[in-house]
Amino acid sequence: MNQGVAITGMGMISAIGNNVAENFASLISGKTGVSKIKQIKTVHENEIMVGEVPLTNEDLEKLLGFPSDSHSRTPLLGIMAAKEALKQAGIQDISEYRTGLISGTTVGGMDKSEQYFYDFYENNAHWNHINGLHAGDSTQKIADAIGLSKSFVTTISTACSSAANAIMLGARMIKSGELDRIIVGGSDSLSKFTINGFKTLMILSDTYNTPFDENRKGLNLGEAAAFLVLESDAIVSKENKQVLAYVKGYGNANDAFHQTASSEHGDGAVLAMEKALKVAGISPKEVDYINAHGTATPNNDLSEGRALQRVFKDNVPEFSSTKPFTGHTLAVAAGVEAIYSVLSIQNNVIYPNLNFKTPMSEFNLVPETKLKNKEIHTILSNSFGFGGNCSTLIFTKEA
Amino acid sequence: MKKEVFINSVGSVSVQKTFDNSGFLDEVVNYEGTSVKAVDPNYKEYIPPAAARRMAKGIKMSAVSSQNAMIEAGLENVDAIIVGTGLGCLGDSEKFVRDLLDNDEQYLTPTRFIQSSHNTVAGSIALDMGCKGYNFTYVHANISFESSLWDAKLQLANEEAETILVGAVDEVVDHHIKTHQFIDHIKKEPVAMENVLRSGTKGIVFGEGSHFFVLSNQKQESTYSKLVDLGVYNTLPTTEVSETISDFLKRNDLSTKDLDGVILGNNGDVEHDSIYNDLGTSLFKEIPQFVYKHLSRRV
Amino acid sequence: MSDLKQELKEKIIEQLNLEDITADEIADNDPLFGDGLGLDSIDALELIVMLDKDYGIKLADPKEGRKIFESIDSMAAYISAHKA
Repeated sequence: MNQGVAITGMGMISAIGNNVAENFASLISGKTGVSKIKQIKTVHENEIMVGEVPLTNEDLEKLLGFPSDSHSRTPLLGIMAAKEALKQAGIQDISEYRTGLISGTTVGGMDKSEQYFYDFYENNAHWNHINGLHAGDSTQKIADAIGLSKSFVTTISTACSSAANAIMLGARMIKSGELDRIIVGGSDSLSKFTINGFKTLMILSDTYNTPFDENRKGLNLGEAAAFLVLESDAIVSKENKQVLAYVKGYGNANDAFHQTASSEHGDGAVLAMEKALKVAGISPKEVDYINAHGTATPNNDLSEGRALQRVFKDNVPEFSSTKPFTGHTLAVAAGVEAIYSVLSIQNNVIYPNLNFKTPMSEFNLVPETKLKNKEIHTILSNSFGFGGNCSTLIFTKEA
Repeated sequence: MKKEVFINSVGSVSVQKTFDNSGFLDEVVNYEGTSVKAVDPNYKEYIPPAAARRMAKGIKMSAVSSQNAMIEAGLENVDAIIVGTGLGCLGDSEKFVRDLLDNDEQYLTPTRFIQSSHNTVAGSIALDMGCKGYNFTYVHANISFESSLWDAKLQLANEEAETILVGAVDEVVDHHIKTHQFIDHIKKEPVAMENVLRSGTKGIVFGEGSHFFVLSNQKQESTYSKLVDLGVYNTLPTTEVSETISDFLKRNDLSTKDLDGVILGNNGDVEHDSIYNDLGTSLFKEIPQFVYKHLSRRV
Repeated sequence: MSDLKQELKEKIIEQLNLEDITADEIADNDPLFGDGLGLDSIDALELIVMLDKDYGIKLADPKEGRKIFESIDSMAAYISAHKA
C-alpha cells in the first residue's frame, strides 16, 4: 500500500538552466537566476525582479524546429522540459504503454492573448494564438510535440500548487493501475497579466526575495517548465529501468480561510503534510530535508513556518526555499522543486536558502544558508496556492 | 476490491430553467443567437450580499448549483471538491487584461485578478462550506469535467474519499465569443434553437452554466445512477472512433445491444457532427439516440 | 471636509460593490473593517488603488493602509493632509 511510484526521467528549464544538469550546477554554485526583467516590456520594470528563462521565444522556436510565432511561451518551455524527461527515461516509443500527460499551468497562452488582444480584431496574422486562451491548449501542444495521441491528456490549474497536484494525480493513477506511464509536471511563462496581478496584491519584492527572513518584502515571479516521467513497477522491472527516486507520499488540502492568503497557523498546510506522511507511511522524524514553499511573502513564510512547527514539533529538519534561485515559478514551482528534491536525494545535498539574514521574530526557525552534504533518503516538498490550495509531496531514495 | 461509484445528486444552472430541482425541462426556453446566457436564478436566495459583491458570474452560478447538489444529497460537507472549467471566471480575466492594456498597467484592482485564478470556483465553494479536503481544478477545454470525473471515480473506488462534489462551469464572455468566431469555433450568424442541429455551418452556439454532482461510493435514496467507466482520448482519428467505443464497451463486458440508448454530443457544427451522424447510422443504428446540446449549448 | 467624506462614502460603495448600503448609513467614525462595515484585506487593496487613482496618493506597503482606513474620518484626514 505504501509503495512509492518510480520516477525514471526528468526534464526542466528555468532561470538557472536550460536543462536538469545546468539547474543542478547553478544550485550547488549558489548562482541565482533572479534579475531585472528583459523580455517583457512593462511599466513596472524598475520596481520588480524576476526569474526569467534567458532564451527568447525565437531561440526556443529555433531549437525546437518550429516556425516563428507559432507557439506561446508556455508550451515552448514545456516541450523543452518534456523532451528532456522522455530522453532520460529512455522512451523511444511513447505509444508502447498506456501513457498519459498531466500538466499544471496558470497562464497557458496568456502571453499571446494579452499581446494580440486587440490585434485579433484588426487582422488575421495572429489568429493561430486565439485558442491559446484555453490553458489546456498548451498541454495539447506539448502532447503533439512528443507524439502522444489517443491518450489521457489533461491540465490542472490550482494556482501555485498545480504541478504538485499533477504529480499527485499521476502517482495515484499509476498506483491504481489506470495508466502505466505518465508524464507529469507543469509549464508557466511570465506575462503582463501575472506581473500586474501580483502587483495589485502588493506581494512583489523590488529586490531579491528573502524567504523566512524577518525583513522579507515579497516574492519574485519566475517562469519555468518541469516534467517527470512516472512508471509502473511492471515497466521498471520488465525493462530493468534505472529509478531516480520515488514519489512516496502526497496530500492536498484546502485552507478554507481566505481567497488568496494562508491562515495564520497554516491549517491547510498542516493537513497536506499530515496526509502526505500518512500516504507515505512514515513519521515526521524520518524526513531528512524539507524543500519549503518559502515564497518570501510576509504571509506565506509565517503560515508555513508555523505549520512546520505543528507537524514537526521541536524537531523541524533542515529546510530551505529554492525560490531565491528561480523566483516563484507559480504553477511549475512544485515541478521544479520535485526535480531539485530528486537531485538532492541522488547527490545527498541540501541547497542553501539564499539571501537569508535575520530570523523571523515569530519563531526560532532558521533555514539552511549554506550548501550542506547530508545523506538524504526522504524529502518533503511543500507548495501552496491561491484559493487555499495546499499540497505536499514526499520523495524517497528507496521504494 | 474497488468500490462502486454512484451519482447521488445534481445541481444545475444552465441556459434552460434548471436551477431548481423540482422539474426538468418542463418548459423549454427558446433562443436565437451565436451565444446564450444562463437563465439566472435569484442569486440573493443563495448568496449573502457581503459575499456576492465580489463574485464573478461563474462563482455565482456555481454557488447555486453546488448548493442544490449538496441539498439533494443531504450533505453539509464533502471529502473533496473537484471542478472542471475551460476558461475559469473569464469575464474578470478579460476585464483585467482590457484594463491593463487601456490604462498602461496602472490603477488595476486585485479583485478581478483573484477571480481570474482558474481554481477560484473550487476555492470559493470550499471557503463557503468550510471544506478542508482535497480541492482540484481541471482546465482542459472540453474534457475538464471528464478529468474531474475520472479523478473523483478513482478516489471513491479506492476508498480515499466517501463523498465528492464534482462540477463544471464556464461563462459566456464577449471577447472570447468574437475571437472564436474568427476561427470558426463559434458560429458567425445567429441561429434559432430549433435550427441549430441542421444549421449546416461551421462552429457552435456557445452557452454558459454550472453543473454540480455529489458522487459517492455509498448508494442512497437520492441516487440517480452508477458511474461505471469512462474513457478519455486526447486525439482520435475519425476512422477509429467506432472501434474505440466498441473496445470501451468490451472492457466492461458490454456491447451496444446491452444499451437502452446513447447520448451523443451533436452541437450543430457541421464538421464535428458528421462523427455523430456516422455513428448514428452504423454502430448505434439499432438503439435510441439522444442529443441535448441544442438545448444547453456547449459548456 | 464634509464634502470629501460624502464623496468617500459614495466611492467606497461603488468601488467595493456594496449594493445594499447607502452613504447615509455609514457614520463618519464607523469602523470600516471587522465589525463595522465588514471590509477585509482585499478591500484594503482596492482602497489603496482608489487613493492612488483619485487622490494621487501612493502607498508602498499595505500595512500603512490599516490606520488610514480605520474610518471615513481617518481617511478624510489622511487625504486632506497628503493629497497631491
